[in-house]
Amino acid sequence: MSPDEVRQLEEAIGEIWEIADRFGLDPYPVHFELVPATIMYEFGAYGLPGRFSHWTHGRAYQQIKTMYDYGLSKIYELVINTNPAYAFLLENNSVLQNKLVAAHVLAHVDFFKNNVYFAHTNRSMLDTVSINAERLRRYEFEHGREKVETLLDAVLSIQEHIDANPRLRRTASEEPPHRRRDDRPSTPFDDLLRLGEAKPEPVTEVRKFPAEPEKDLLLFLADHAPDLEPWQRDVLHIVRSEQNYFLPQMQTKIMNEGWASFWHARIMRELDLTESEYVQFAQLHSSVLSPSKRNVNPYHVGMKIFEDIERRWDDPSPEEREKLGRVGGEGRARVFEARQLDNDASFLRNYLTRDLVEELDLYLYRLEGDRWVIVEKDWEVVRDTILTSMTNFGQPYIVVEDGDYRRGRELLLKHRHEGDDLDLDYADKTLRYVYQLWSRPVHLETIIEGKPTTLSYEGQRGKAELVRRS
Amino acid sequence: MPLTVSLSRNDWSLHRKGPIDQARHNERVKEAIKGNLGEIVSQESIITSDGKKIVKVPMRSLDLPRFRFDRGRKNHAGQGQGDSKKGDVIGQESQGDGQGPGKGKQAGDQPGIDYYEAEITVDELAALVFEDLGLPFLKPKGRALVESEEVRFDEIRRNGVMSNLDKRRTIRENLARNARAGRAGFGGLKNDDLRFKTWERHIREESNAVVIAMRDVSGSMGEFEKYITRSFYFWMVRFLRTRYTQVQIVFITHHTEAKEVDEDTFFNLGESGGTKVSSAYQLALDIAEERYPAAEWNTYPFHFSDGDNWGEVDNQRCLDLVKALLGRSNAFGYGEIQEGGRRSPSTLMSAFGQIKDPHFIGVTITRKEDVYPALKQFFSTREDLERQVAAR
Repeated sequence: MSPDEVRQLEEAIGEIWEIADRFGLDPYPVHFELVPATIMYEFGAYGLPGRFSHWTHGRAYQQIKTMYDYGLSKIYELVINTNPAYAFLLENNSVLQNKLVAAHVLAHVDFFKNNVYFAHTNRSMLDTVSINAERLRRYEFEHGREKVETLLDAVLSIQEHIDANPRLRRTASEEPPHRRRDDRPSTPFDDLLRLGEAKPEPVTEVRKFPAEPEKDLLLFLADHAPDLEPWQRDVLHIVRSEQNYFLPQMQTKIMNEGWASFWHARIMRELDLTESEYVQFAQLHSSVLSPSKRNVNPYHVGMKIFEDIERRWDDPSPEEREKLGRVGGEGRARVFEARQLDNDASFLRNYLTRDLVEELDLYLYRLEGDRWVIVEKDWEVVRDTILTSMTNFGQPYIVVEDGDYRRGRELLLKHRHEGDDLDLDYADKTLRYVYQLWSRPVHLETIIEGKPTTLSYEGQRGKAELVRRS
Repeated sequence: MPLTVSLSRNDWSLHRKGPIDQARHNERVKEAIKGNLGEIVSQESIITSDGKKIVKVPMRSLDLPRFRFDRGRKNHAGQGQGDSKKGDVIGQESQGDGQGPGKGKQAGDQPGIDYYEAEITVDELAALVFEDLGLPFLKPKGRALVESEEVRFDEIRRNGVMSNLDKRRTIRENLARNARAGRAGFGGLKNDDLRFKTWERHIREESNAVVIAMRDVSGSMGEFEKYITRSFYFWMVRFLRTRYTQVQIVFITHHTEAKEVDEDTFFNLGESGGTKVSSAYQLALDIAEERYPAAEWNTYPFHFSDGDNWGEVDNQRCLDLVKALLGRSNAFGYGEIQEGGRRSPSTLMSAFGQIKDPHFIGVTITRKEDVYPALKQFFSTREDLERQVAAR
């Protein structure tokens, strides 16, 4: 963009802000930054600028760069949930493209600020991640790069396993109980004195550890892994805090993108666009919203649902007026309510109607032989399956069942099977990483093809052993 | 109105984080390739390619494993254009256009195994393969020493070109001088402190060496045997040409009769007939005597066969010839190829068992993956052993 175009964009952004304000959007102040593509895909790969170094980030960087270089995909914007918010725009996009992106960004920031699932996110996360990165660099300096990388490999392999509802947490789980042996004599003559008496039942109170199954695997390991050094526990906490920050974004992908698309379309229609600009806008808008055969495009589905809510509450059918007491004209209020109170799961449960499933032509498909085939069109099954796939962000739900398993401080994890089997090869490998952190035998209970199965990694005497019991 | 939006543009040209971590990822790819050289080295696509070509090496497990669902066994949601119906096929697994286990040819029937295709040129791969290899028992020989010159920066001087300033040493000198004057810390840089890197010319001398490559092309050599021989010699020839500028290679094929051939014929010839291994050894000995006098040349005869030789008489003759060759060679390599390792050692191998000379190197290859270990066995410099031999 030429300096002149940058000025144009700057003016337009001011205008867009005012339009958004009139519509009732309430974002944090936003700082926009024009960056070259290399920087854009770097930030995309790391999730946030300034995050710690790891080869998986390098791998993501390479993938995104390749996609961009071959013209297969392009990141248009990156917006960061902080106060003030930061947004990155591509400097080689046209002014019009960047206007649309800016409108999109303002709606995202409004969402970050007002959606309740974001209420407890760290709004100065940029500082936090660079402090974290600095700390990891220091650990690399003190303990060697290889040691830190080996540890990060293990921690990142289980990074998704934190608690999505941190505010519902119980108090931190306690240390494993010492088994009391109350029948132990206190003097050598006790048993003589008690001759003839009935021997009292030994009172062995075996408390569970953790008292209740623990969802936050990272926290549990950081607190209770027997042999970790303090800096290693710190690395677990670092990864966990960053993951906690990203969690609400994973929980609201469809809503957040839907909300941003819903508003960028409206804001752009308010702007004074020339005919050619309007064509450009329409092209970009439709490319962002094009449905995908293989997954649910959050931009498209999310926006359609918001539009549908607005229509149904603005102009209810006679039946809805009568049965549900809708008076009409409440559409705007209703979409704002949804953006404040829902996450993807509740959003779809509340608002993905039969009409929408049919209009959006949603379906389920699966692998049959070597072909991906559509197997289900029934709207309720489709909706419920999408909902189930959102449980725990599409990750298997795994809890720490016992941190003192077989009374030897072994670790028992349990996969709460909800219909889908684990990828065994990956589970085996991940279990080795858990073993690396726990440094005692680790076990994972799951169900494979209907049969209860336990995967174990015992790593005895330096020998790698993988036991699979059904 | 308070400042609520702003737009700026900075210079990002010094920002290098992504490329640095990308380099680390590439390093890991290389490490993984190194760990799997045994499998990779004997791949057909490599030995039939020319040097510059990029080969795709399927690699397992460069992804970070996680607990995840088995993608091939669950339902996924997708979106049609408004006319989708049950039974519509939306894609073929083997296309591998998705992420996850959809890559690679086995993905369909083996869900859960991720193949990451690393791209590498044959030259890069060769550099990895050859890293620890060298000619065993090499001795300085011959008048016609070839000199190769290289320039190395390995001197430090007090004066020189500013662009060659050695900052680290300069700072150290300055610190030391300050310390002598009773001041701690850096400062007051003087000309005396300056240190410069400078270069010297090094002449490297190389020895003459000849490798006599022998290949059994008799009828008993099946597809597998031929393949292994080709694969081994492919790497051997590449290795010798990369590492030693002064290595000559003589190619000999044999069945009941041996003949010297050119490189092309050597690699592409398919013949049939019986086997008389001694014919090849005799020819090798003749060529060596005639063209490569032992005083001037390091000599390395190599022979690959299935060991299916014609009779005890010839085995005995082979044994004598190998001893004769050993007498004037630095090492003798014999590789016996037995697909699947189903047989006991051949009569030829048993006969060679009598040779106690450490310069005789015998290897049995039963699988494709054995080619790389065989290379390592033949072409390790054996410094320990050399010292032992020298001490005797």
